[in-house]
Amino acid sequence: MAETSTTSVTARLWHPVARYGDMVRLWVRAELSYPASFAMLVVGSMLINALDFAGIAIMFSSIDSLGGFGLREIALLYGATGVGIGIADTLIGSVERIGEFIRTGRLDQMLTKPVPLLVQVCSDRFTLRRLGRITQASVVMAWALPIVDWTPSRVLVALLMVVSSSALFFGLFVLFSCVQFWTSDASEFANAFTYGGNTLTQYPLTVFPRELAIALTVVLPIAFVNWYPCLYLLGRPDPFGFPEWLQFCSPLAAALVVAAALLVWRTGVRRYTSTGS
Amino acid sequence: MLHVAVASRAFRRYSTYRAATVAGVFTNSVFGVIYSFAYLALWKANPDAGGYDAVDAVTFVWLGQALLMTVALWGGGATDDLAERIRTGDVAIDLYRPVDLVGWYLASDLGRAAYHFLTRGLAPTVIGLLLFDIALPDSPAAALGFALSIPLAVVVSFAIRFLVASTAFWLLDASGPRILTGALAIFFSGMSLPLVLFPGWLGGLAEALPFSAMIQVPNDIWLGRHTGLDLVGALAFQAGWALALLLACRFVLALATRKLVVQGG
Repeated sequence: MAETSTTSVTARLWHPVARYGDMVRLWVRAELSYPASFAMLVVGSMLINALDFAGIAIMFSSIDSLGGFGLREIALLYGATGVGIGIADTLIGSVERIGEFIRTGRLDQMLTKPVPLLVQVCSDRFTLRRLGRITQASVVMAWALPIVDWTPSRVLVALLMVVSSSALFFGLFVLFSCVQFWTSDASEFANAFTYGGNTLTQYPLTVFPRELAIALTVVLPIAFVNWYPCLYLLGRPDPFGFPEWLQFCSPLAAALVVAAALLVWRTGVRRYTSTGS
Repeated sequence: MLHVAVASRAFRRYSTYRAATVAGVFTNSVFGVIYSFAYLALWKANPDAGGYDAVDAVTFVWLGQALLMTVALWGGGATDDLAERIRTGDVAIDLYRPVDLVGWYLASDLGRAAYHFLTRGLAPTVIGLLLFDIALPDSPAAALGFALSIPLAVVVSFAIRFLVASTAFWLLDASGPRILTGALAIFFSGMSLPLVLFPGWLGGLAEALPFSAMIQVPNDIWLGRHTGLDLVGALAFQAGWALALLLACRFVLALATRKLVVQGG
């Protein structure tokens, strides 16, 4: 009896992951059926991201430091947030298109299938092209890593930073996409927080006013994506004079945002009534 | 008359999505705020970087946000419809209509651009004005020059997007070239960083490419960096690229039509 219930718990946890894997495989096969376009999408994605960092690097031909931070320190911030949003976007980026599913009635079809709705939405049109961002951000971050004076605790904080920033962006993608349960054509609203959060965290928080820094810590904890853990990695005192223990709180912030996102998702799905036809 | 009708219907088509417009204005404004603070920090470190002062830099940010959707820098607009119609084969119907295809889609895209200019162009600019110190047009001539340069910017952008969509005649799926061109446009238009900060040959290259006609040139006209004959030259640069690229559209379309096979009967 005890054994069967353990098996069913494992099966219940494994089921969504396995179905996600199945659907991802199908989409990858579909994507590869237009090889010329796929090759250009991959090159394009790498180019977009390379040019993105080039913009920041070119800034440093006119200045030595931005908000008190050098180019390599900014590269560390840039890499950390880029890897985070890259992983989240690759795995679940399609959740942005929830409004489209509602408008076209595909969400109704999905609700009838024996796979969790979030898994179906997130795996839809999975694309390998998004790996371009993770690759580029990893390269930028690798270039910045030698400036850190590594200790075991810093290695741990760095690893937790990558996991937490992915989870934070996962939460932001889901949380703000849920707005579309209420207004199905406002998908761009989420961009302000997801891609906006990514752009904002590419710069040191010191370029922003103190009030905004506080809001990004306690209201919408985007500063935990990279800013606080990077301060610890770089061994820098907090420029705003905020408590040092914040530098270890990224996993907690990520857990809170993910929990909030899942709660809002459930509320949105419960509230959802088909558009009819 | 036909083209006015096409343009006004495109305008109305885009104006249906009100929540999308509000969400877009909000997003443009958030990015405007982020870039404004980043540029203020940059110009604090180097007060006359690229010959701009801090007010010019912040003005540049908000004008960029206003033009982003107007010129459809990332791609999109009427040319996305074309790419889809090429993929599905519906373009065959467009081709046997007694209307020039380039003119038809250009009219439709101008209608879209007018809508985006009046909403996603004006609204973030007002928000920028309320939040930051922004320079108004340098002179009446600069204001008039800016007003002339926007349609030219849209036509240059349209012609590039039309060429990109036309690749679907050969590739079937134009999303690869679309994304590639979008990336180049963001970088070389001045959207990701004003071209005045680009060093040496890279700056020269960026200013010569047609992408600079979409953001950098209109913004510099607003800021009064082109005056007198130089202002005429800046507008002629845009018009020259617009003309050359529209001719290229005609040429590519002629090539594609020869290649297209219409099946069935």
